[in-house]
Amino acid sequence: MHFKIGSAALAAALFLIVGPASAFAAQSSSSSSTDTHVSIDNYAFKAPTVTIPAGTAVVWTNKDDDPHTVTADDGSFDSKGLGQGDTYRHVFTKPGTYPYHCSAHPYMKGTVIVQGGN
Amino acid sequence: MSDKVIDRAAFLECMAWCGTGVVYGLTGAGLVGKPFDIVSAASAAEIPGAAATFVQISDTHIGFHGEANGDVVGTLKAAIDKINALPRRPDFVMHTGDLSHLSKPEEFDTVKQLLGTIKTGSFFSVPGEHDVINDQGKMYFSMFQAGSPTPWYSFDMAGVHALALTNVINITAGGILGRDQLDWAKRDLAMQKPSTPIVVFAHIPLAAVYPDWGWTTDDYAELLTYLQPFESVTVLNGHIHQVFQKNDGKVQFYTAASTAFPQPKPGSRPKPGPLTVPAGELSSYLGIRNVTVHQGDGQIAVADATLAS
Repeated sequence: MHFKIGSAALAAALFLIVGPASAFAAQSSSSSSTDTHVSIDNYAFKAPTVTIPAGTAVVWTNKDDDPHTVTADDGSFDSKGLGQGDTYRHVFTKPGTYPYHCSAHPYMKGTVIVQGGN
Repeated sequence: MSDKVIDRAAFLECMAWCGTGVVYGLTGAGLVGKPFDIVSAASAAEIPGAAATFVQISDTHIGFHGEANGDVVGTLKAAIDKINALPRRPDFVMHTGDLSHLSKPEEFDTVKQLLGTIKTGSFFSVPGEHDVINDQGKMYFSMFQAGSPTPWYSFDMAGVHALALTNVINITAGGILGRDQLDWAKRDLAMQKPSTPIVVFAHIPLAAVYPDWGWTTDDYAELLTYLQPFESVTVLNGHIHQVFQKNDGKVQFYTAASTAFPQPKPGSRPKPGPLTVPAGELSSYLGIRNVTVHQGDGQIAVADATLAS
């Protein structure tokens, strides 16, 4: 698809795109074999509960063509909108239980349990 | 199923004819009872004595690239062509949310330019959950509702008093209007005459269409109590990408077709979401809604037309 948009809008759009994209690139470059992967598939987090060691990351991948988010119930992390094929990686440093949901479909719920590292 | 406000059999019966281009007759006091003969949207604007019309479009999902529709810009353009070909230029057009698919700046920019080609007196919109997915709607509100200090507003046009509500922020189950908005709606409605036709716009249905899929608004019942004094109330929503009609006392409730892709009938699949239909049939699942307001008696006629008709 091709659209003409104003240069000011384009600049704003590029700024907004490049910002998060850079942050994401930095995150993905640190992906690790200790990552735990959770797919978002057919309006569900699979698996809905994962248990990981502190200091490791969970990587979510949206397989649906409807956007989803990975949003902590307490607001401590938020993927924002994930399109089809988009991923979100978050490192959990503190032990604890982290319930999360999709902000667009709140009936989609998941939990990350982070176990102490020592 | 007994706890559902709308039972599924009734819903499916409605679905059997709701999508085919039907004019419903509404009086100030309620639904006349039966759909008129199947007619085109244009016919509604030709009802004798009609003095005003407005159009509802919904769920344009610009930025969607899935299997269900590879060209959501093209189908929105087709919808706009249909509006621009109406025999009477609508007094206003209301988009009931999900303008964008992912709240991306380029999606908002594209849809804004496309919507700017509609020939109408005024354009309004309310946000869908896809429009607020990244920033609680900050960008959406700045681009599409900049004239309003709150996410909700009202206006008087086409002989109706219209409420444009936001029920997609911080949702936890179905949609949420919230305390502040409900208090505002109560005050706003208290200033209107009971004979003034009221039209209420919001994205997520203001009725329990199918709570299992979040197709309801948690606190809609309180809003309905503020609407009770009025002789004519029409609620027009989006979100579920299909035409559904319900007569709840004085309140006539309708959801609209999308211009982008259909969704399954409630309960017909395990989950909601974009529904891929056989090639060549997509346009018969997409559509626009033309609403005619008779001046004087406040009678309102709602006509849905598919992009295939």
